[in-house]
Amino acid sequence: MIQRKEFDQNLEDLRQLLRKMGEHVEHALSEAISALKALDTDLSKKIVERDVILNEMEEQVMDLGSRLIVTQQPVAKDLRRIIVAFKISSDLERMGDLAIDIAKVTIRLEGQTLIKPLVDIPKMAELVIAMVRESLQSYLDENTDLAYKMAKDDDEVDHLYSQIIRDLYSHMTEHPDTLQQAMLLTLVGRYIERIADHATNIGESTVYLVTGHRPDLNQ
Amino acid sequence: MTSIIHIEKLNLYYDQFHALKEVSLDIPEKAITAFIGPSGCGKSTLLRTLNRMNDMIPATRIEGSVKIAGTEIYGEDVQVETLRKQVGMVFQQPNPFPKSIYDNVAYGPRLHGMKNKAQLDEIVEQSLRQAVLWDEVKDFLKRSALSLSGGQQQRLCIARAIAVQPQILLMDEATSALDPISTLKIEELVQELKSRYTIVMVTHNMHQAARISDRTVFFLNGEIVEADDTRTLFSTPRDSRTEDYISGRFG
Repeated sequence: MIQRKEFDQNLEDLRQLLRKMGEHVEHALSEAISALKALDTDLSKKIVERDVILNEMEEQVMDLGSRLIVTQQPVAKDLRRIIVAFKISSDLERMGDLAIDIAKVTIRLEGQTLIKPLVDIPKMAELVIAMVRESLQSYLDENTDLAYKMAKDDDEVDHLYSQIIRDLYSHMTEHPDTLQQAMLLTLVGRYIERIADHATNIGESTVYLVTGHRPDLNQ
Repeated sequence: MTSIIHIEKLNLYYDQFHALKEVSLDIPEKAITAFIGPSGCGKSTLLRTLNRMNDMIPATRIEGSVKIAGTEIYGEDVQVETLRKQVGMVFQQPNPFPKSIYDNVAYGPRLHGMKNKAQLDEIVEQSLRQAVLWDEVKDFLKRSALSLSGGQQQRLCIARAIAVQPQILLMDEATSALDPISTLKIEELVQELKSRYTIVMVTHNMHQAARISDRTVFFLNGEIVEADDTRTLFSTPRDSRTEDYISGRFG
């Protein structure tokens, strides 16, 4: 069927758009953490500026997806492919915003030195970047096992997040003069933790795409 | 849901051609069941089996059981006329008789012996009302049915079919010759009618099946591949052939 051929190509375009969005988010997050460690405000500003690309890609997903719904009247898995594309693109867009929030913390810290070398935050970020990559891979390969495995890593992320909060709290108590920076760093922990939740959502979308049922991986 | 039609191990042959293969199916009462599938899959054949329209096709052979409300319709003592009063049918092309609107609707009841004018008037009005045609034709019931538009003619055929108070209404692609507005009217009408009648429809329009039916049955090569709640069948079909068909991969 000629019509179906074009439809399949468009569904593939949608998939590739999400792959690109995922790569963009991964890159932005990884740079935001490097910039924070080095307190590199120039790099942080670049990250903020580049967000417009991610927003544009999200709009492309919305436009293409809604066009396909109107013109192809998809059912069953075809319809789920489009619903899931909408949902994943919005998760990715939110992740991009959170990476920017981290970059903005770095910008606010301009001229300061770090109150202590960052250990747990980069460790947590590394874990979350892997989750982002795996969540996207689980979607691209329609691999539900990978989605479930990735969602389990979220426990470790939550654990590290609690640890970061505890450390920074005690630091603030001992050194009240570092309160502003310590507060900002706890926010960074919070942002990274939120990104992991969005990655888990992508895993859920993958399971929904493949099975038609909605699991709760965010427990 | 109670089933009104019970089909078991039905095989139908047109001469050498095996058109229905071991078909077993329960059709629920007062609900809309849609038959879908590519051309030649057996869906219309099964529909026509339900009021023995296939009897007219030479060299047709049937094995198995079709029960309607508990009665074996291929039993020896069954009168086809009685069966067709119970199981009405609406076809793809509207086929009103070249008579007045009134006489079209009164045709069935008269055939079954009704002569009382007041009663006939009542039946004609009620049938036309149920077919949502009354308001459009009440002032010229004596006019020829052929003066109506295609969509109106089809609703007249539905009124004619329900005038004899059938239990079941069969619709063989009843909207495929109509424009979108007339199609929508028939679809709305069918939704109304299901509170009184069991409706079984064959449609080539998958979105129509998805829109209005409660159950959908997918046929392929004379066999039933899948029968399920319409919502389930169009969202998470169990068989990959169903998914391929409804997604337009063949057919």
